[in-house]
Amino acid sequence: MTNIAVTAAPLSAPPAALPARLAKGFVNRLVIIIPYLWLLFFFLIPFIIVFKISLSQTAISMPPYTPVLDFSDGISGFLAGFRELNFDNYTWLTQDALYFNAYVTSLIIAAISTMLTLIVGYPIAYGMARAPATIRPTLLMLVILPFWTSFLIRVYAWIGILKPEGLLNQLLMSLHIISQPLVILNTYTAIFIGIVYSYLPFMVLPLYSSLEKMDYSLVEAAEDLGCPPIGAFWKITFPLSLPGVVAGCLLVFIPAVGEFVIPDLLGGSQTLMIGKTLWNEFFSNRDWPVSSAVAVILLLVLTIPIMFFQQAQAKAQEQGR
Amino acid sequence: MKSLGSIRRDFAPWNDPNAKPYIQFDKVTKKFGDFTAVNNLSLTIFEREFFALLGASGCGKSTLLRMLAGFEEPTAGRILLDGQDLRGIPPYKRPVNMMFQSYALFPHMTVEKNIAFGLKQERMPGSDIEKRVAEMLKLVKLEQFAKRKPHQLSGGQRQRVALARSVAKRPKVLLLDEPLGALDKKLREETQFELMDLQQELGLTFVVVTHDQEEAMTMADRIAIMDKGEVMQVATPAEIYEAPTSRFVAHFVGNVNMFEGKVAEHTANATRITGATGAEIVVDNGGKAAAGSDIVFAIRPEKIKVSSKKPADAVNALEGEVYDVAYLGDMTVYHIKLDDGQIVRASALNASRVTEDPLTWNDRAWVSFRPDAGVVLTR
Amino acid sequence: MNSTWSRFNITSIVLGFAFLYLPIVLLIVFSFNESKLVTVWGGFSTKWYVSLFHNQGLMDATWVTARVGVISATVATVLGTLAAITLTRYTRFRGRVLFSGMVFAPLVMPEVITGLSLLLLFVAVGLDRGFFTVTLAHITFTMCFVAVVVQSRLVSFDRSLEEAAMDLGAPPVKTFFQITLPVILPAIISGWMLAFTLSLDDLVIASFSSGPGATTLPMKIYSQVRLGVTPEINAACTILIAVVAVGVIIASIANKRREIQRQLDEQAAQRG
Repeated sequence: MTNIAVTAAPLSAPPAALPARLAKGFVNRLVIIIPYLWLLFFFLIPFIIVFKISLSQTAISMPPYTPVLDFSDGISGFLAGFRELNFDNYTWLTQDALYFNAYVTSLIIAAISTMLTLIVGYPIAYGMARAPATIRPTLLMLVILPFWTSFLIRVYAWIGILKPEGLLNQLLMSLHIISQPLVILNTYTAIFIGIVYSYLPFMVLPLYSSLEKMDYSLVEAAEDLGCPPIGAFWKITFPLSLPGVVAGCLLVFIPAVGEFVIPDLLGGSQTLMIGKTLWNEFFSNRDWPVSSAVAVILLLVLTIPIMFFQQAQAKAQEQGR
Repeated sequence: MKSLGSIRRDFAPWNDPNAKPYIQFDKVTKKFGDFTAVNNLSLTIFEREFFALLGASGCGKSTLLRMLAGFEEPTAGRILLDGQDLRGIPPYKRPVNMMFQSYALFPHMTVEKNIAFGLKQERMPGSDIEKRVAEMLKLVKLEQFAKRKPHQLSGGQRQRVALARSVAKRPKVLLLDEPLGALDKKLREETQFELMDLQQELGLTFVVVTHDQEEAMTMADRIAIMDKGEVMQVATPAEIYEAPTSRFVAHFVGNVNMFEGKVAEHTANATRITGATGAEIVVDNGGKAAAGSDIVFAIRPEKIKVSSKKPADAVNALEGEVYDVAYLGDMTVYHIKLDDGQIVRASALNASRVTEDPLTWNDRAWVSFRPDAGVVLTR
Repeated sequence: MNSTWSRFNITSIVLGFAFLYLPIVLLIVFSFNESKLVTVWGGFSTKWYVSLFHNQGLMDATWVTARVGVISATVATVLGTLAAITLTRYTRFRGRVLFSGMVFAPLVMPEVITGLSLLLLFVAVGLDRGFFTVTLAHITFTMCFVAVVVQSRLVSFDRSLEEAAMDLGAPPVKTFFQITLPVILPAIISGWMLAFTLSLDDLVIASFSSGPGATTLPMKIYSQVRLGVTPEINAACTILIAVVAVGVIIASIANKRREIQRQLDEQAAQRG
């Protein structure tokens, strides 16, 4: 053995693992910084602006609101601005039953349609996961395909079916099942149908992926141990597919709460949902501060489900590793 | 001249005090957060050596290899290659190439392009690259597969492409991470010998990581047995098997019987050991342990003879009864329960088709062995 | 598996797909309706397609939508890929939680909120609303979808390929362009396609962020749908569906053929 004078390794800064070391490189910083800045500027900051404007007052000008917390007045002006902040828009929202009803209705409609989507989607996903492996990719593509076609078009297609002289009523009447046309369009029923139809792929896909991963021999083991098929389903299959159920329900519920196109086209003027209210405040009443306040509260309402969704995403990401 | 094991080795720079070390791990420690993967480890590997790092998964052997390749930097200590400190040199500038466990063949490139990849990085002229690639393809006998993509090859062929790619640059050291792990048993055995021939032919230094002791024993000049980030023993396969220096190594490689005991006394050329239950064993190589100290006597099953009567000339003979017996074809394995309760495993080569002294369950039997048949372990 | 279960499975799949496809099929069928009444069949005709091509407003909107789609999908693919690399490769940096939040939240964020917030941003910084702002808005919300698609591919990416390239002498940037990018390219392409169709599809965000002279096709269709259902819109929708469906089907058939070829190759390799 040769003698080697060992130089003490620098203890203060132990060399990091390779990825972290590379992260110090310029190129690697850019990889993080570019999308980060983009999202900060176009996603996070806009929310702050929404919040800011929700505290301002409507004005007949362009843009139609009084400036608040404007940095152009310097710091003192900025601080003085705090005293001028007004929560009138929020007070307004709480006083007018219309808004409160719209929030509650939206949540209820979203919850009911999520349940309906789950009930419709589960058998489809289950059937797909148990289909012969050779046709599974085709089935999967068939579920994804409508998702690629326009949302607006798919909602539009239902108008022709649901309206009083539409195809559904024509069919039912020619079969003599009903004598008077059913009024479906411009009711909540039409909204349910629209949401279930439009969001079905979002429910089926996560359900399918968790059901397909499941080892079917678990069910066989349960049946072998004396559990009847229905019991095996509720005791084995369903609990194991819960991650898919949760992911699917969140993917349907969250956007459905703020849905605009479906209530607007299928729900008519009689139905009330918060996305539509926001749209009308903004485009028809041109009341930007109130629509901002509506958006802030909608976001607050959705914070918890969105956090759940992100947690589920992060977990899925960890497992994929 | 007597020697451990059945092979005479002429290549043994580790026994030459003047030999220049080629790779040196010098008090190397690697931590991942709180976990210490490699703990203050020193190791020397010589030029043209076929060196194996053997251990269970998580023992730090792969980390050691990855530090040599440059994918990880040691937390403390240094690694020297041919006298040069490798600290801070990124993997793409190290004169070391690696063959990956997954082969890591680039799926979008043909066999040819895969092999040429490393040569292109060092801007070798095109005609030279062609020549070298052809040479490599010939070396691994894949000439007619040059234009195929990796997925069009069988497992064994992929393994050979990975090998050709990693030696194409003529690295100073070739690192092999479980090179045969993905092959089936039969192919694995053939490939072991091919790898040895290749190493001889190219005259490269090979460092191979494996968890398969047979693979390490077959191919390596020397083996380092690793456990929990430390090297337990570095020695030739024969020394590892016949002269393990610790219980861990004795247990890790092959089967072994252990007798707990104390050193009773040292005589001129033998040591007398008293077993925990009173039985006495005489060995001729237990000199290092002080009289009265606790030791373990380790002996391999094939060094123990089983017979129905006490052999007349036996120095060490213990009595018991046949507890289990298994006929494996090439040999027969006995489990003998000694009268003190310890179970001894013994194996006998079935050198002839007919056995003179057959035994069966519950027969009285004697186990006997020579004084030089086992080793005394103090740790 | 016993037969009643599989009969149940087949029934639920058939009913499910009927539900998914029947409205679209009806829409397509009635785009060839001679009658002006959408729901009463009056014979086969392609006249609505002809009149569609003479509708200057629709044609302009189509052109705007196509340009917005291509530009925003391309930029979103670059940004989304970078975001996906950040999410999978850099597990520890300051603000990572915020970053992953900003990537995942837009996936479920109600469009009215995203649209309103972007509009207010554009007003605050004094950008005139039009083609440019729609494109910016579409980049922002589609890049997150690209990020998720590319990320799921990167998660299963065999890191030893990159290590092998570096081991053979390729520096990190070269490794990325020569090894990583070609291998994850299919995911990047499907990310682009997803971003493009999302942009093609979007009504709400475009309505908020667009201005005069930048009316997109969904906005145009929406304003006409509000006036009533006409076979002309059915025809416009049919063309849109056809474009997307043909694209997706060609892509997946090509994919499938590659897959089959690959399996055949692998079987051949095992034999020989």
